[in-house]
Amino acid sequence: MSFLSIAIAGLFVIATLVLVVGLVRRIMIYAKVPAPLKIATTPAPTTKGGVVLRMFREVAFFESLFKSNKWIWLFGVLFHLGLLLVLLRHTRYFLPSYAPIEWVQPFGKYAAFAMVAGLFGLWARRFLVDRVKYITGPSDHLILLLLILIGISGASMTFVSHVDVVGVKAFFTGLMTFSPSNIPSDPLLIIHLVLVAILMIIFPYSKLLHGVGVFFSPSRNQVDNPREERHLSDWARKLEENS
Amino acid sequence: MAKIEFEIPKLEEYSEVPNLEPDTMAHLETFRAKPEFQEALGFQGELSENWKDQAIEAMGDLLGKYRSLQVYMDSCVKCGSCTDKCHYYLGTKDPKNMPVARQDLMRKVYRRYFTFAGKYFPKLVGAEDLTEDTLNEWYNYYHQCSQCRRCSVFCPYGIDTAEISMAAREIMDRIGLGDKYCNEIIGKVYRIGNNLGLPGPALQDTLEGLEEDVMDDFGVEVKYPLDVKGSDILLVTPSADFFAEPHVDGLIGYGKVFHEAGVSWTLSTKASEAANFGMFIGSYENMRKVSLRIREAALELGVKRIVFGECGHAWRVAYAFLNTLAGPFDFLDPEYPVPQHILEFTWNEMQKGTLNIDKSENDDMVLTFHDSCNVARATRMGTEPGGQYEIPRNVIKAVCNNYVDMADETIREKTFCCGGGGGLLTDDLMELRVKGAKPRAEALQNAVNDHGVTHMAAICAICKSQFTKVLPYYGFDMDQIVSVHQLVSNAIVLTGQNDENEEEDESAEDAA
Repeated sequence: MSFLSIAIAGLFVIATLVLVVGLVRRIMIYAKVPAPLKIATTPAPTTKGGVVLRMFREVAFFESLFKSNKWIWLFGVLFHLGLLLVLLRHTRYFLPSYAPIEWVQPFGKYAAFAMVAGLFGLWARRFLVDRVKYITGPSDHLILLLLILIGISGASMTFVSHVDVVGVKAFFTGLMTFSPSNIPSDPLLIIHLVLVAILMIIFPYSKLLHGVGVFFSPSRNQVDNPREERHLSDWARKLEENS
Repeated sequence: MAKIEFEIPKLEEYSEVPNLEPDTMAHLETFRAKPEFQEALGFQGELSENWKDQAIEAMGDLLGKYRSLQVYMDSCVKCGSCTDKCHYYLGTKDPKNMPVARQDLMRKVYRRYFTFAGKYFPKLVGAEDLTEDTLNEWYNYYHQCSQCRRCSVFCPYGIDTAEISMAAREIMDRIGLGDKYCNEIIGKVYRIGNNLGLPGPALQDTLEGLEEDVMDDFGVEVKYPLDVKGSDILLVTPSADFFAEPHVDGLIGYGKVFHEAGVSWTLSTKASEAANFGMFIGSYENMRKVSLRIREAALELGVKRIVFGECGHAWRVAYAFLNTLAGPFDFLDPEYPVPQHILEFTWNEMQKGTLNIDKSENDDMVLTFHDSCNVARATRMGTEPGGQYEIPRNVIKAVCNNYVDMADETIREKTFCCGGGGGLLTDDLMELRVKGAKPRAEALQNAVNDHGVTHMAAICAICKSQFTKVLPYYGFDMDQIVSVHQLVSNAIVLTGQNDENEEEDESAEDAA
């Protein structure tokens, strides 16, 4: 195996570990910290089923963002939906071929443009809208840059300079059974993979956590039934017992 | 306090989002609480040598106690969705009054002390040490948030700046940097029973006065009872209802509704305050202690139901937190929700047909309704989501012939705070209060111009006090603000009342 293959293999093992362990730790923290008071933003659903629907609308359609600002919504949807299709398309590098993967290929191919367009739109706002410029820090620019470079390097391999995808698939399926083969030594591919690994590593330690946080947001995930059911956290119960 | 000169914003027909003007409100801060008032609430008296360590420790404690704080600190992506949503930003143009920037005052400290990225790459992620300057900014800008939750409606992750303001105030209180206005008031509730410090005899006197007024006007003996054991209903209402205008007209209305409904009710000296300023300062312990007075009063008086008067933040604590803080209320009649809002009660009676209404009594007004922020976005009335918008409107329309809503983007869940909520209703902050009222004043002005609106009804003691004080800066009269139960009171025909009741109109004019 080439040194390059070993390096990329090692990088992805580390990136995967950081991503999974980091996220699991965060999720455990979010799950463990109690929400001592009922603070759903009302009007809120009065049943659990209603909350599931509300959360689905929030995650699938960005309902609150749509109420707020159509530009951010449009760019946000372009990026996230594009990313979703691109990710689905990428499952072909890890899984044996099955029908849904085949169906999504053509969409996933062009979704890269939507994704990058959305990212440029979001980035433009950081320069053009004075309020957004004010709240933007270096990491906000860098994350956008990282995602754009990932998108462009990836799309280039589809639309500009083809890469040996069979070799890529062999490398990753091999890596998953800890017997990787050599990775095609295409510079675009290597750049793409290194950037993706960086993204995986920073995910649990950056604002990218919003993808997890939204599910734990008490203003969105609580049932509006405080009069019907008494809601008491453990630390509040202890407070009661001690007084 | 000397009157500070400041520019009153101009009302526009079409609201525009202003460009940033940094630090326009950096000078504004409330008086700080004296040590004795801090200590009465269980807080440290004043800042100590090691305040920084104490603050970080307190932040760590709250991060472990409130999921909201932990999740909201991590989740913001700086998308900008909230940046044009806060009435204080719209009115002051100070970028630190944008919800995200207000949050970032704490987030930059959180990142520095509690996150990997902030510990090792502080510049990259905007993490900063907690300094005296930062603490002073916290004090200024976390007392420029009325905890109205408008930002949380529009945030894609539901981040609620109110939660962060509350946490910041709790941290500051713990290290000895408290706000005089809120903390003195909570002290008064502990010592006397209500925010205004009205002792029992004064309440008794006021209520007897109300009974005489109604008797003189209508010839009907409507009771305003205090501390009457064995009553069915304990009414808990903001203490402003006992004397402030137009609040007291609402209280007269509650009494008439109870009278016509034929239920026995009482106020309580011990629980002579619905408001719970413990929420404003984010203190679970103080909020609980204030809430427990209501439980004790209900037990001592042996009532079957608890009903809350018109008050916004109070209704939030009552509706959403009371069961948690002072429950379970298994000693009350399970037929009724605990607690109930007076509007729920009145609307039920209207549907039962127990109230005799003459809508023409309100024909001299064209009404609109101000959704109080905390009622609109933190509570419910009735059984259906959104009942907090429909029930007040239903009641108003049942007693008035002329009603129109203000613009859609300024009502219901998108309503603007009056500008005085969240513990900011103090003269120290008059500039903020005037500027923060701009979005509501603008919407009201447009409703006046387009629909001939003459009066705005409100269901919150703070809204009523704030508007009567601040709307005159925008050219309105203070008597254009009315209580919803004032309208009910005007229209109710009491059983057996005498015919001549024209004095009523006079009293409304006197208030001007």
